[in-house]
Amino acid sequence: MHQAIVFLPLVGFLIAGLFGRLIGARASELVTTGLLMISAFFAWIVFFQTAFGGHDGTVELFTWMASGKLDVTWAIRVDTLTAVMLILVTTVSSLVHLYSMGYMHEDPSRPRFFAYLSLFTFAMLMLVTSDNLVQLFFGWEGVGLASYLLIGFWYDKPSACAAAMKAFIVNRVGDFGFALGIFAVYLMTGSVAFEQVFAAAPSLMDKNILFLGHEWHAPTVICLLLFIGAMGKSAQLGLHTWLPDAMEGPTPVSALIHAATMVTAGVFMVARLSPLFELSDTALNVVLFVGASTAFFAATVGCVQNDIKRVIAYSTCSQLGYMFVALGTGAYSVGVFHLLTHGFFKALLFLAAGSVIHAMHHEQDMRHMGGLWRKIPFTYATMMIGGLALTGFPFTAGYFSKDAIIETAFVSHSPAATYAWVMTVAAAALTAFYTWRQMFMTFHGKTRADHHTFDHAHESPLTMLIPLGVLSLGALFAGMILYPYFVGHDVDHFFRESIFMASDNKILEEMHHIPGWAKWAPTVMMALGFAVAYWMYIANTAVPKALAKQNDVLYRFLLNKWYFDELYDFLFVRPTMWLGRFLWKQGDMRVIDGYGPNGVSARVIDVTNRVVRLQTGYLYHYAFVMLVGVAALITWFMFGGAH
Amino acid sequence: MTLSLAALGPALPELLLALSALALLMLGAFAGPKSTDTVNGLALAALFGALVLVLIGPAEATLFNGAFQVDAFGRFMKVLALIGAGGTLAMSVDWLKIEKQDRFEYPVLVLLSTLGMMVLISAGDLIALYMGLEMMSLALYVIAANNRDSVRSTEAGLKYFVLGALSSGMLLYGASLIYGFTGSVNFAQIAQAAREPSLGLIFGIVFTFAGLCFKVSAVPFHMWTPDVYEGAPAPVTAFFASAPKVAAMAVFVRFAMEALPNVAHQWQQIIVFVSIASMALGSFAAIGQRNFKRLMAYSSIGHMGFALVGLAAGTQQGVQGVLVYMAVYLVMTLGTFACILSMRRKDGMVESYDELAGLARTSPVKAFMLAVLMFSLAGIPPLAGFLAKYYVFLAAIEAGLYTLAVIGVLTSVVGAFYYLRIVKIMYFDEPAAAFEPMRSEPRVVLAISGTFTLLFFVYPAPLIAAAAAAARALF
Repeated sequence: MHQAIVFLPLVGFLIAGLFGRLIGARASELVTTGLLMISAFFAWIVFFQTAFGGHDGTVELFTWMASGKLDVTWAIRVDTLTAVMLILVTTVSSLVHLYSMGYMHEDPSRPRFFAYLSLFTFAMLMLVTSDNLVQLFFGWEGVGLASYLLIGFWYDKPSACAAAMKAFIVNRVGDFGFALGIFAVYLMTGSVAFEQVFAAAPSLMDKNILFLGHEWHAPTVICLLLFIGAMGKSAQLGLHTWLPDAMEGPTPVSALIHAATMVTAGVFMVARLSPLFELSDTALNVVLFVGASTAFFAATVGCVQNDIKRVIAYSTCSQLGYMFVALGTGAYSVGVFHLLTHGFFKALLFLAAGSVIHAMHHEQDMRHMGGLWRKIPFTYATMMIGGLALTGFPFTAGYFSKDAIIETAFVSHSPAATYAWVMTVAAAALTAFYTWRQMFMTFHGKTRADHHTFDHAHESPLTMLIPLGVLSLGALFAGMILYPYFVGHDVDHFFRESIFMASDNKILEEMHHIPGWAKWAPTVMMALGFAVAYWMYIANTAVPKALAKQNDVLYRFLLNKWYFDELYDFLFVRPTMWLGRFLWKQGDMRVIDGYGPNGVSARVIDVTNRVVRLQTGYLYHYAFVMLVGVAALITWFMFGGAH
Repeated sequence: MTLSLAALGPALPELLLALSALALLMLGAFAGPKSTDTVNGLALAALFGALVLVLIGPAEATLFNGAFQVDAFGRFMKVLALIGAGGTLAMSVDWLKIEKQDRFEYPVLVLLSTLGMMVLISAGDLIALYMGLEMMSLALYVIAANNRDSVRSTEAGLKYFVLGALSSGMLLYGASLIYGFTGSVNFAQIAQAAREPSLGLIFGIVFTFAGLCFKVSAVPFHMWTPDVYEGAPAPVTAFFASAPKVAAMAVFVRFAMEALPNVAHQWQQIIVFVSIASMALGSFAAIGQRNFKRLMAYSSIGHMGFALVGLAAGTQQGVQGVLVYMAVYLVMTLGTFACILSMRRKDGMVESYDELAGLARTSPVKAFMLAVLMFSLAGIPPLAGFLAKYYVFLAAIEAGLYTLAVIGVLTSVVGAFYYLRIVKIMYFDEPAAAFEPMRSEPRVVLAISGTFTLLFFVYPAPLIAAAAAAARALF
């Protein structure tokens, strides 16, 4: 059954990828979607067996590499952490497959699309089921590849190609750190298998590692390097720039990869490697700091975006920051909890946004929407549920998971704890603001769409609405049901060995004893955000423009995403382009081609022309050449004197 | 001192050719133009007969006080020369008839020239060498101008004659110097006398080598080649490019090896220089040509340069390389000229290789064969031309001539360009009008030549072994 979960998507990929043209688009859709649904069904069985039945286990498939001491196997490791990821990945993926059948129905290359989706799912499953760092890296790169292919799915759009490249290259930066981290782990423990690495972890506590010419505390270096990988994949501040651009891909892709699953791989990885991260307070503080900063930063930018998908993209970035805050405080299960609930309500938001886009004939700018709730009531209702969950409306999924994170930040003893708490609470207000801004701009008020589009706005087909409904259930109830297992008293029993917490890590107990004002702070902030949004976008619609004009600098600062892209463009892209251009024009074309192939052939032609000119046709020239030849030879022997 | 007829046995092929030439001359002179076909047929028969006699004749013999010697080396080269002469004569019959240049003198002159080559190949002293050389050359001067109504053909003949006379003068002068400084004209006796290089002897060597270089058209004594190849009628050019080259190279090797083994270090320098110059010029100058015959002139200059690499080595292995090279060169040249001879449209012959455009579509088999020959001439593995080059370069490297070998390989890269350009024109350019169908003789020659070139690497042993045996005869 474990193998089936992981490899059915691969089968689907191969069928749709290799024979897609042969069997046609419809068959490709049905095959991949059907296989994923089977996979999801199995995943739920495995989830109950593992999480509640306690059947942890590893299925070894076969040896991948055996070289000296290095021994890497392909394996499927299933414990509670993996099982949680399995249900999230397979459920969201199968719903996205189903949704895509409706959303993509006009696209001519559907087999390719579904093949990529299944390939992504396979890679993601390899990632979460791996029992060693190398297989994890395989899955890591596999999802990166699928992400690249899907962002650039509409490859005739230059912006999509650019976005795909950007995603790939920025991720390479993170992957480089991740790879270094794996090397460091192998160097220090002599293994890449989780079992051995975790067993050896406590002994690393007092060890140092030589890195960049300095002796460092080994666990700190390892964890920071690994965290760089997580930052790239999970779009944390600094390496986040690819995520908003990734919205160039089709909306189902955004929902599956860039909201629910792939971007959470970094969170999963840190949780999975909790035995290592528990060794280094420094690393955890960095995680906490980066997470809190990202949560706040992305939320501020999200407030001024006008593209419906970009708002959600920044929201994702921000929520990922929240997850890292939880991890940074040592509350890994809380981070994973938010990962799970976020997976449901963010996928829901994206798919609902996709439904809006579908209804509006691929219009994505919210300034050209408004008043849509009558036209597409079901979409409106589901998006409302997603929005409520995201803002943390009481008793929705987000309320349980996000508020829990803010509480961990409050009780944490980390030096960055207060900063993190302030940032996350502020971000909660901003989250409510941009979410309601989005709802109001899209669905309420007078429409700003042109007549034709507005009149033809229509509710999406059933294949798109069913996933919305299913995810709505998750967004509403997942938090309530699962709270005890991820945050409450059953955490130890639920996760067992899959998450390691040091003996002095008591955060989960402490967070239940916080003052009431701190507990209600996020909810108040949420209400505040709602109120401001209502005032600005329903009650008094002239305010946003006036405010933007008044604080022009701030507005442009936010609109330009804190100028990260411009900064990177200046710091990295342009020098790289300059270097590349230099090597191309001067190095390759001028030196290598110039003195190499082109130069040589040009010289050959020169010589040829000269030699041919010697052949004058005059007899006396010919005779002269002969005599000169003889004379030269004679001279050579007389004076060159090689006797 | 009386020569009995039986004692002339070893020279039987030469005698056959001489008598046939005289008899056919009489036949043609008395029977008039209508006898041309008969004369052609009989001349071919005579060449074939000579070939058989060479093959069944004695393996070792010396006649006329050492002036004429028969050995394995000579037999190998004579077979090549006879094949070259016979093949080109067979291909030329129809061609000359269509071009209205069929005269009975032509086969007779080919016979006489071939006779000269045979004598040249068997030469054991300087006098026989000169006699053979002149007999061959005088006939060649005439047939170069075979199309006597054409200015270009007559110009070619005249140029060849004048420059040939100059080269003969050099050769004679060199021969007299050698005689003066060694006291003998016999190769074996020269070898004994010339143990120490003296300046006079070296002068003699330079002048004789200049004369021989002229015949193999090696740089800087090559200047006549492009003009004569282009000006002479195509079958004559084919003949020029094949048999005389073999004979001249044979006597070159024999003279160097038999008469001058003790001053090898000196003449090696000449050969190295001439070889490098020929390879380079052959490769570079050919790029500028559009006329296929003229291109083949430069091609043959280059190939003679490659063959001389083997001679420069001065070893038995090197001589073997030369022999293999000449054999392969002969076959490739005959095949290529079979194609050139059939570049005929309704309105006459064309000579620019641009006319081959799209040949792969109009006549794929011919294009394939020609492509094989071009690849082989360029020296691309595993074709015959590659193996030929391989043997000479191997010999050069084992003799320590690294510079020569490296330059040779580099020039062959340059040379590959114009051969491959022909392939590109045939396969990738828009087709020009189709040629008239090939006559049967060129067709057979092309088929044999192409197949040999293509499949030589499968079973090269017989030729390699024969060349090895022939090379051994000189040491």
